[in-house]
Amino acid sequence: MIYRFLFVYLFISLASQAQVDSTLFRRVPKDTTKNAMNMDAVYNRPFLALGKSPVAIGGYLESNWQYGVTDGITEGHQFQARRLTVFLASKINRRLKFLSEIEFEEGGREIAIEFASMDLELHPLLNFRGGIVMNPIGAFNQNHDGPKWEFIDRPISATQMLPATWSNTGFGIFGKTFHKSWMIGYELYLTGNFDNSIIENTENKTFLPAAKRNPERFEEINSGLPLMNGKIAVRNRKAGELGVSYMGGVYNKFQDDGLIIDSRRRVDVFAVDYNTTIPTINTTIIAEWAWVFVQVPATYTQQFGTKQYGGFIDIIQPILSRSMLGWEKATLNLACRLEYVDWNVGTFTETGDNIYEHLWSIAPAISFRPNAQTVFRFNYRYQQQTDLLGNPPALTGMFQLGFSTYF
Amino acid sequence: MYEKRILKGMEKFLISLFIVLCVVISCKKILPGAPEDATVLDGTIDGLTMEENQRFLKGDAAFTEVFTAETGLGTTFVATSCISCHAGDGKGHPSTTLTRFGQPDEFGNIFMDQGGPQLQNRALPGYMPEQIPAGATFSKFTPPANTGLGFLDFVSDADILALSDPDDLNGDGISGVPNWIVIPGYITPRPDAIVQNGKHICRFGKKGAAYNLLNQTVNAYNQDMGITSTYNPVDVYTGQEIDPEISNQKIQDVVFYLQTLKAPVARNQEDSEVKQGKALFAQINCAACHTPKLKTGFSPIKGLSYKEFSPYTDLLLHDMGPGLDDGYTEGSAKTYEWRTPALWGLGLSQSSQGGKYYLMHDGRAHSIEEAILMHGGEASGSKAMYQALSSGEKMALIKFLESL
Ligand code: HEC
Ligand code: HEC
Repeated sequence: MIYRFLFVYLFISLASQAQVDSTLFRRVPKDTTKNAMNMDAVYNRPFLALGKSPVAIGGYLESNWQYGVTDGITEGHQFQARRLTVFLASKINRRLKFLSEIEFEEGGREIAIEFASMDLELHPLLNFRGGIVMNPIGAFNQNHDGPKWEFIDRPISATQMLPATWSNTGFGIFGKTFHKSWMIGYELYLTGNFDNSIIENTENKTFLPAAKRNPERFEEINSGLPLMNGKIAVRNRKAGELGVSYMGGVYNKFQDDGLIIDSRRRVDVFAVDYNTTIPTINTTIIAEWAWVFVQVPATYTQQFGTKQYGGFIDIIQPILSRSMLGWEKATLNLACRLEYVDWNVGTFTETGDNIYEHLWSIAPAISFRPNAQTVFRFNYRYQQQTDLLGNPPALTGMFQLGFSTYF
Repeated sequence: MYEKRILKGMEKFLISLFIVLCVVISCKKILPGAPEDATVLDGTIDGLTMEENQRFLKGDAAFTEVFTAETGLGTTFVATSCISCHAGDGKGHPSTTLTRFGQPDEFGNIFMDQGGPQLQNRALPGYMPEQIPAGATFSKFTPPANTGLGFLDFVSDADILALSDPDDLNGDGISGVPNWIVIPGYITPRPDAIVQNGKHICRFGKKGAAYNLLNQTVNAYNQDMGITSTYNPVDVYTGQEIDPEISNQKIQDVVFYLQTLKAPVARNQEDSEVKQGKALFAQINCAACHTPKLKTGFSPIKGLSYKEFSPYTDLLLHDMGPGLDDGYTEGSAKTYEWRTPALWGLGLSQSSQGGKYYLMHDGRAHSIEEAILMHGGEASGSKAMYQALSSGEKMALIKFLESL
């Protein structure tokens, strides 16, 4: 609470100074050496520094209109201010950095510290990180800033199967090295963990994001055992970046007050992510696929699956890249996202038939980037969602128009 | 130079791919419309007022509510929400089938102190579910559709009794009796209720053992999900009375929802084969149990008051022969007796059962024809007449049943 207050105070005071004289702000140049990997995303953002102060501030806002219909039923027109995110970074010392990211969602009703860590550099290959860290699983979780994407919705596999912006208190190490056009990075953390809610929730399916709703996870691990999380990524200047990540641990409360109350059950998640820009035609491809394995008691309902998988692929094609409407380096892109999630991979014990509970969606998009910080995007989504039993799917069509911008 | 041309070509290719994609999608209806009313089971009866619409929506929300340990689920249970078993308000799937045990005759359940009548075969993590006690007979029940029940709820006892023919006075081999049961104290009997020796005519459920939709709903919360209420405060896991886990208001909203779910709408009624099938249905005496027309009496819900409707059930119990005798029963029904199920909505069963048919009380029939051939007892004559039909006539009959 105090932190929140201080933070708002600092923010307001900075903002009011900005009104006095905006030239006080100095844009911290973003690292444009193209040496950035997904793991660098937290730092690889535009920041504003105030005078000579070592503190830099940044953030982004996203807002949109949408109109969707599912099987003939619509919620009508929606105006949404999905999130306002604020970053604060400071260089405490040459080898000691602090960075935090606070997200306000639903008009401020939901405030989350997504990231608040201290990084200590011992060697480029050995850095220490502690605090609230963003678990590196797949690439979206680390690299989720709205303005970086051509789509208003976050990928379904990254929000409804993997928990997007999944962060926990934890500690670990990371490092990076390069050789000619190759780069390799790793991250290894022990953090807070999932809890029983992933199989006891009102979604009526195994649902990792349910654990995000438990604010106590920043103080206490439900099972008393940490989540182990690691990622290795390789980047080649031409071929792109390939990441392989894993997180896993015992999620359920199996002992209390010294008494054993349940058997231990694990959750294990594997993900691969890939992104590249095909050099001459500038087509960007971003893809991620993940597998989730959850131990569920055999005497529990089949509604809660033991295995899930899903992912997405974004294809982005710049079609105009020149000065437009007075913006010097504006770009117009066409893009398309394909996604698929199966929340319950398996068969019914009674019939041997497939358990469905899956979804696929295709979303073509047009995006306009007047500058590097801002994106205006127009999306259409067509989605088919099938229930557990494989009954006729629910069909959704949706139009969205909005923007996302760093400030 | 050459490279540049490839580039231009690639760009063009991608742009056209994008345009093609857009066109493909727009052909598939950009904003998907509602499926035709007659092809889905959910929706309200005609003539609800705005207030009634609001209550319907409240009941709908409660019907889809998923329970967790926090909201009272279990400790042992069968499923986590009404909608898990009654997807789209239609018939259920074998994975939602429930098991009842312990009553071998019409004189009561002798395994009540060992978890009867219903098997809670699921448990919260860390707990063990119930098992069928040694020596108990049991039966499996596949969820029926939940549609049009308001109409059945407001049929008068007198009308039901009039259909019954316990001594087979008309000599067609078909008798039909109501399930007479002493009803729980929280139930207010219908104003025109007919009572015999303190027992009432019950009409819902496969054995016709639930008096009304309140009775059915209270049992469902308690037995299917382990949710106690003031109506039935006994916890299925401990057998002890505990605090209510759901409000009476919510239960009443669900009852209202069930009452006002529309009746399935018949399709293709003008088709000549369907018409032929309909005539055969009467001719071979299916209609003697699957009564084509019933009417409601007065109902405080205007849309249900004094209405004629076509459920294809007489709400009575019939001897269905040894093939369908599981050795388990409820109320005053014999183990071989089953309440005639309504046949409306039969043709839509597959769209809630995952694309297949699971018919009869435990889903053992995988097609309409299989269901007919499993009829025995009082229905033996009718089945024999079906078997004697030409294959064209059989097809017409089945087409008629699919149109319901
Ligand atoms: C575990 C699966 C399951 C759950 C959960 C469940 N039901 Fe049922 N339902 C059934 C089965 C099986 C039957 C048939 C039982 C019987 O005949 O006694 C049934 C019967 C009914 C009937 C009687 C229909 C008729 O034609 O006679 C109604 C009404 C009903 N359920 C409503 C509900 C409501 C309301 C809920 C939630 C409070 C609910 N059910 C939860 C499986 C379920
Ligand atoms: C003696 C009364 C009786 C007669 C006559 C009768 N039925 Fe039935 N029918 C029943 C009963 C009772 C059941 C439920 C049996 C069970 O659940 O095991 C049933 C079940 C069915 C079912 C399955 C419904 C479901 O939802 O699972 C179909 C279809 C059916 N009957 C069609 C027919 C046809 C067609 C005829 C004429 C050839 C016919 N019945 C004659 C009493 C009768």
